[in-house]
Amino acid sequence: MSVRRLAENQPEAFAFTRENEAKCEEILRKYPEGREASAVIPLLWLAQKQNDYWLPKPAIEKVAQKLDMPFIRALEIATFYTMFNLAPVGRFYVQMCGTTPCLLAGSNAIKEVLLRRIGEQGKVTSDGMFSWIEVECLGACCNAPMVQINEDYYEDLTPQNFEKLLDDLAAGRPVKTGSQTGRVTSEPAGGLTSLTSLYGVDGRNGPLSTPDLNQS
Amino acid sequence: MNRLIVDGIEIDVPPEYTLLQACEQAGAEIPRFCFHERLSIAGNCRMCLVEVEGGPPKPSASCAVAVKDLRPGPNGEPPVVLTKSLMVKKAREGVMEFLLINHPLDCPICDQGGECDLQDQAMAFGFHSSRYIENKRAVEDKYIGPLVRTSMNRCIHCTRCVRFTAEVAGTGDMGATGRGEDMEITTYLETAMRSELQGNIADLCPVGALLPKPYTFKARSWELVKTESIDVMDALGSAIRIDTRGREVMRILPRINDSVNEEWISDKTREIVDGLKTKRLDRPFVRENGKLRETSWQAAFQAIAAKTGQAPPERIGAIAGDLCAVEETFALKLLMQSLGAVSLDCRQDGAKLDPSLGRASYIFNPAIAGIDEADGLMIVGSNPRKEAPVLNARIRKRWLRGGFPIGVIGEKADLTYEYNYLGAGPETLAAVAERPPAIMQKPIFLIGQGALAREDGRAILALAATAAHALGVVKEKWNGFSILHTAAARVGGLDLGFVPGQSGLDAGSLAKSGALDVLFLLGADEIAVEPGAFVVYQGTHGDRGAARADVILPGAAYTEKSGTYVNTEGRVQLADRANFPPGDAREDWAILRALSDVLGHKLPFDSLKALRACLYAVHPHLAKFDEITANDRFDIAQLAASGAAHTRAPFVSTIADFYLTNPIARASEVMAECSALAEGFAREAAE
Repeated sequence: MSVRRLAENQPEAFAFTRENEAKCEEILRKYPEGREASAVIPLLWLAQKQNDYWLPKPAIEKVAQKLDMPFIRALEIATFYTMFNLAPVGRFYVQMCGTTPCLLAGSNAIKEVLLRRIGEQGKVTSDGMFSWIEVECLGACCNAPMVQINEDYYEDLTPQNFEKLLDDLAAGRPVKTGSQTGRVTSEPAGGLTSLTSLYGVDGRNGPLSTPDLNQS
Repeated sequence: MNRLIVDGIEIDVPPEYTLLQACEQAGAEIPRFCFHERLSIAGNCRMCLVEVEGGPPKPSASCAVAVKDLRPGPNGEPPVVLTKSLMVKKAREGVMEFLLINHPLDCPICDQGGECDLQDQAMAFGFHSSRYIENKRAVEDKYIGPLVRTSMNRCIHCTRCVRFTAEVAGTGDMGATGRGEDMEITTYLETAMRSELQGNIADLCPVGALLPKPYTFKARSWELVKTESIDVMDALGSAIRIDTRGREVMRILPRINDSVNEEWISDKTREIVDGLKTKRLDRPFVRENGKLRETSWQAAFQAIAAKTGQAPPERIGAIAGDLCAVEETFALKLLMQSLGAVSLDCRQDGAKLDPSLGRASYIFNPAIAGIDEADGLMIVGSNPRKEAPVLNARIRKRWLRGGFPIGVIGEKADLTYEYNYLGAGPETLAAVAERPPAIMQKPIFLIGQGALAREDGRAILALAATAAHALGVVKEKWNGFSILHTAAARVGGLDLGFVPGQSGLDAGSLAKSGALDVLFLLGADEIAVEPGAFVVYQGTHGDRGAARADVILPGAAYTEKSGTYVNTEGRVQLADRANFPPGDAREDWAILRALSDVLGHKLPFDSLKALRACLYAVHPHLAKFDEITANDRFDIAQLAASGAAHTRAPFVSTIADFYLTNPIARASEVMAECSALAEGFAREAAE
């Protein structure tokens, strides 16, 4: 991690869309009167989502104004949490997990792909399609290695299927989220080894046929 | 009371005490950086670690552990706290080693050197050397305003400055961005701070990260002679320490006085220093053919004697300014009396306060510390943030504690706390008098000069008294009727009765063209004197008064004389002399004494001591320092009944620009810079 500063080129202004204004109201209602400042993280998050996954200065100020707090308080939050991007990111924003389980399962190979195809961390490709960053554990360790692209997880990666995934995204072809090897959620990679009878006839159905726990 | 044993000493302390306070009471010294008595507890420096026996097997941060949370021993023995054990020693050494990992070794070029908490505590509690061989981190220095210089490599992230601006100043200027090793203390994108109390963060900073900018590389702390004194920039009379080197005032720092300023002072009080050295009057002048010419004391006195000799007593008058000590005002009053003059005034702004109504009608009766116990506040015609920032911080402190409704009649300004805005002018006040809101136990009714310094000020005072009476402000054991003054000399002047006698003229009329033949201005710069009269100006700076004067007598500024000041509460305080007036300038009472001899009405004292003996004989309450003399019974109903017709003009604070309220401030470059910045902020806010 390094010192995080606001991006040099900033848009003139920021305003929540009508739907997001409504969402802001909904979020604010969750907090007692006089404690609206607690909504700073959800509101910054909403602003970031609306603004192509990065937080410009006017958005930070807007949120602070909305919550009646000094600008510096919102800036503190935005610079503290690395999930708030302070500079523009690519249309496909890849967060690659590099923590121990993923590393042991081969995330270094995934990183090489990223370095080769996209370039340095934090840099956006010239066509604006991709940027990537290495993050800490995203909690999908059984399916390591994995990346998060925008809001979706892509798991069980190998350099081959990851390259194909990037190609598909760039070409606008539909892609499969979750495991790229075809396994269902985080079941054992080689098929079910236990609870096979309880957990679906073919032993592969997983949660699609979750038994009704009230019976039996 | 809870009993505990600290280093073998048994003590009883209130349960809400922190361990740190309990240890201090037991006489143990606890090092600390982030903890400060007047700020919230952060517990992030870890320097105050102590060992708690029977507690967790690790050191505890004593600033963040309450005494009531300690558990007694198995047989009900009092909990045992150790502050000198081996565990504590090792823990402190470890903390200090970590703090010094990134702290630069630049003490020889650091202005904090010699008065640095980190230096002292590293010597007392630190490890003998560092085992760290990697690179230290480097942090960019930040611009945070014209008064505080930053050197952020030295910052140890105690967050005292952040808590001060958020809690005491109420502007929330400072913050910590980033995290971990990359955490940085800064203002929002390096904008200037907006508080009138921002200079205090340099005092709070335990290291050399935040330093007073105007004092940069000027002096070392051990070269300075320290004089305890009283501030005159506003009517609070904050306790200050004037640090001098040779004849020069180097800096002004706050002293602790819990009943007045706690331990804060305003930026004007602190950074006025350069104004004491520029635009000074250092020799007498007389005006000849429209031009001021340097002259000798004798010639200047002769010129005055020639004019006063010809003038009839009713055509002689005097106005005392805002920064005068009681002594010279008294001397001037005696001199005027001996000349037979009755047109005296100490109210340059035209405030309609009258000492004949009793002392309680013009002072801040509940006292400043009374704000802490009050349960409601009504502000009439005042902007305390500009008129007395330290008092405003006190109001904010009380407001933060809750259960303190505040109403404002007058300007709608940002006072750093929330209030109920009732209206702008006298008709709102009249409405309050008719239909008072809920009656409280200990309400304060604060009346500013904005309500009194106007043509109908006397009627407004009566109306305010009516409203205060209706609100039950004056009770058996509580008098919440408070006048907030803006001039340090004002209450003293009113105590002396430096107001027009029978058929005498007040300040406004004195300044009119053709009212007088001879007018004495004792440091009176806030009033425009129209052409006509022969004006004698005795003061310190080449400001408005000197520009109009026909004779200038150079006097001493407040750091250069021993003087008595009475603050807005009526508290009598004695200021010591820290340095000497420049050039031929003299102490003001001595000038008046010398002048009286030439005028043929020699004043009956030859020393300050003799003057004070005279003064105390007439006004015994002025001999009681640091006391507020109990008031004669205050009849608010009588004051209320004395009302007359008032206009409908809204109340406007008498202070337009906080940074430029007196001749010393107007001579200061630092204040000019602050003023320009504040103007920019105001314009920005208006857009």
